[in-house]
Amino acid sequence: MNDATHAANATGLKVVGQRPIRPDGADKVTGRAVFGADVHLPGMLIGRVKRSPHAHARILRIDTSAARALPGVKAVVTSDDFPRVGSEALEQGEGSATLVDVADNCLARGKVLYAGHAVAAVAAVSSEIAERALDLITVEYEVLPHVIDVEAAMAPDAPLLNERLFTAGVTPRPTTPSNIAQKTVVARGDVAKGFAAAEVVHEGRYVTVPVHQGYIEPHACVAWAGADGQHQIWCSSQGHFAVRAMCAKVLGLELRDIRVYPAEIGGGFGGKTTVYLEPVALALSRQCGRPVRMVMSREEVFLASGPTSGGVVEVRLGAMKDGTIVAAEVTLKFQAGAFPGSPVGAGSMAALACYAIEHAVVTGYDVVCNRPKVAAYRAPGAPIAAFGVESAIDELAVILGMDPIDLRIRNAVKPGMKAVYGASFREIAFVETLQAIQAHPQYRAPLGPNQGRGVAAGFWFNIGGESSAAVHVDEDGGATVITSNPDIGGSRASMAMMAAETLGLPIERVRATIADTTAIGFSALTGGSRVTFATGMAVVQAAQRVVQDLKRRAALTWECEADQVEWRDGAAYCTDASKEVAPLSLRDLASRSARTGGPISAEVSLNAQGAGPGFGVHVCDVEVDPETGRTTVLRYTAAQDVGRAIHPAYVEGQLQGGVAQGIGWALNEEYVYDAKGVLQNPGFLDYRMPVASDLPMIDTILIESAPNPRHPYGAKGVGEVPIVPPLAAVANAVQRATGVRMRALPISPPRLLAALDGEG
Amino acid sequence: MARLLSAVDEVRAFTGTADVIDVQARTVGGLIAELERRFPGLGAHVQQRMAIAIDGEIHQDALAEPIGPDSEVVLIPRIGGG
Repeated sequence: MNDATHAANATGLKVVGQRPIRPDGADKVTGRAVFGADVHLPGMLIGRVKRSPHAHARILRIDTSAARALPGVKAVVTSDDFPRVGSEALEQGEGSATLVDVADNCLARGKVLYAGHAVAAVAAVSSEIAERALDLITVEYEVLPHVIDVEAAMAPDAPLLNERLFTAGVTPRPTTPSNIAQKTVVARGDVAKGFAAAEVVHEGRYVTVPVHQGYIEPHACVAWAGADGQHQIWCSSQGHFAVRAMCAKVLGLELRDIRVYPAEIGGGFGGKTTVYLEPVALALSRQCGRPVRMVMSREEVFLASGPTSGGVVEVRLGAMKDGTIVAAEVTLKFQAGAFPGSPVGAGSMAALACYAIEHAVVTGYDVVCNRPKVAAYRAPGAPIAAFGVESAIDELAVILGMDPIDLRIRNAVKPGMKAVYGASFREIAFVETLQAIQAHPQYRAPLGPNQGRGVAAGFWFNIGGESSAAVHVDEDGGATVITSNPDIGGSRASMAMMAAETLGLPIERVRATIADTTAIGFSALTGGSRVTFATGMAVVQAAQRVVQDLKRRAALTWECEADQVEWRDGAAYCTDASKEVAPLSLRDLASRSARTGGPISAEVSLNAQGAGPGFGVHVCDVEVDPETGRTTVLRYTAAQDVGRAIHPAYVEGQLQGGVAQGIGWALNEEYVYDAKGVLQNPGFLDYRMPVASDLPMIDTILIESAPNPRHPYGAKGVGEVPIVPPLAAVANAVQRATGVRMRALPISPPRLLAALDGEG
Repeated sequence: MARLLSAVDEVRAFTGTADVIDVQARTVGGLIAELERRFPGLGAHVQQRMAIAIDGEIHQDALAEPIGPDSEVVLIPRIGGG
């Protein structure tokens, strides 16, 4: 066995590091998996939301009387049916949100702040009747001027979204309201001194637009308010405990009165760390006593659920002629959408984290505008910042005549060095990751006409946090692992594998499942690349407790001391040579558990600390059609410092998925608004995300030279880093292919064609 | 005596211009209490809004985490993720 405390450097692992078949695969490819929209209950009603046609307007009056009178309509709610709540902070992945903002985003109170903002909802016996009821609700608006662009929203004369919003982080406190919710500054050294010493100074302004997470499954839930005050919710989310907390707080209920069941989740990427429908569905159900199902259309997903921020990134770099970067100044202006809480704080800390720069300052602005409130999206904030910084570094490499990887290696952070945000790095392998790309055959592959090669790097912190896990040994010697984190990226496989490794069982004898909020202890969101690290730690500790119990039971059977029992390969061995006893397998001990104390199980709840950061380096080869401006990605390789890969195929999939999303962000994805601030492309036909036929096979390199010693098997988070480099990697490749530097995304065919024609 | 560092403005708002502070604390909980005593409001702010890197390892909500006499302690904004 593996008394797994040693395992960060363990060798001889039998399950961890293997590639077993994913446990959820068959159900998903055969259509048997149950998602949020698949729950059907007796007497269930259909809920629908009425949304604002205006980007910014005061709500003067809502008349629901005609809708209520329509036969088949069982409930109608507006924000008047929500209690007034306070401004306490809520956990929602990266970026902050307050309770009152979450409530007002679910159902607008007083004002609508974007086209698509929910103003009322109905529950009816059919979707047709629900739709007719929505048409019967009349809303009287006073239309107000709106603002979509981030810099326009920062202007002193911009239309104000919130007259009570004053810029935080500024001294003295402003006396006039602003759309700038917060200013943040991360700084070290003396930037003026650094630039004065620099031999080369380069600066640029880079722009990204908001992009959606693009999960395949729209938001969906079923809520059923019990007559006895006990309520149930079935939903797809990145954290059913968080759904419970937000519903309870928005509706003024007690946590114990809401039970939330986790359905399968069809993608989230950060976008399902908040609530849109669940409190509304529960409010409707409380009004009529019947279960209510609500499912967003794709159009609603685009109109009303959070994309990530668009941003303006201004970068100024000062370097010596040998490539040493001695000073950096970065300004980030991030759109938060309708309510404060963009990921500009994390973006500010991540912006220069890859590099050891003595004098640096990063200033961030969190800005509200008349778009849907942003939600977390993989490595929130970091891809936007990296697009600016990694593009600027590429331009610096051209100016200095250096290989872009050599330039990065010269400035790369190493163990023991301090990040610009202050903390020292420990177990990291950024240099090894850069070298892995430099040594990869793609980096030397010949390029043809109109082809170019770009590289870029990325960083993410990764987090730990609160997690619970239980391990139950079955009577036949198998085991069940129970956690409370929705499986969004393969965690059932990795949880089962870590338990199997610790118990000494083959993976086929361990199943993992996800329990509802009443069946196991609390876990924080599935997000921040925390589950394999933090929940995995809980699983391993629970399995270790089971092993200790098994050793105690074996000792009881053999009438020896527990320390005379050794656990290896799924069986107890007696080390007391005086006893001639055969080993007792887990199956043997489980089958007679009644005689040694009863069922064998253990549950652990913890708050995991010490998550290790990750680094990624990507190389992208593109070909640009000079007649159409279309960019084709020819080859792509992603290398990443992953600590240790528990299930390498899933880790590779995380890298490939992040790259695919990053390529879409770089090349095509954007929200198109008309002059009235109404979104014109709320669907996958016009919001262009890459599909399989758009992409080459994405090669991956897993760097495992710096396992995280805090995790029993050395795991680091891996899900966020891979979306950080692609934006700049693609733009840098396009520059090498065309000679044109694209400083604004997306690099879509018409934009690139205009730039090639000298219009951009 | 541990050395407390911060590179972010939200800490300077409480400490004036000091980016480096020597603190007597054996745990994160003790650190927060001392910060609150010396810079009223900072302890509560750290507890609610910040993470603490101890010798390079990032901690959130970890009051019992030990701080060594020569530890480097860095206050950084809390980190979430997607």
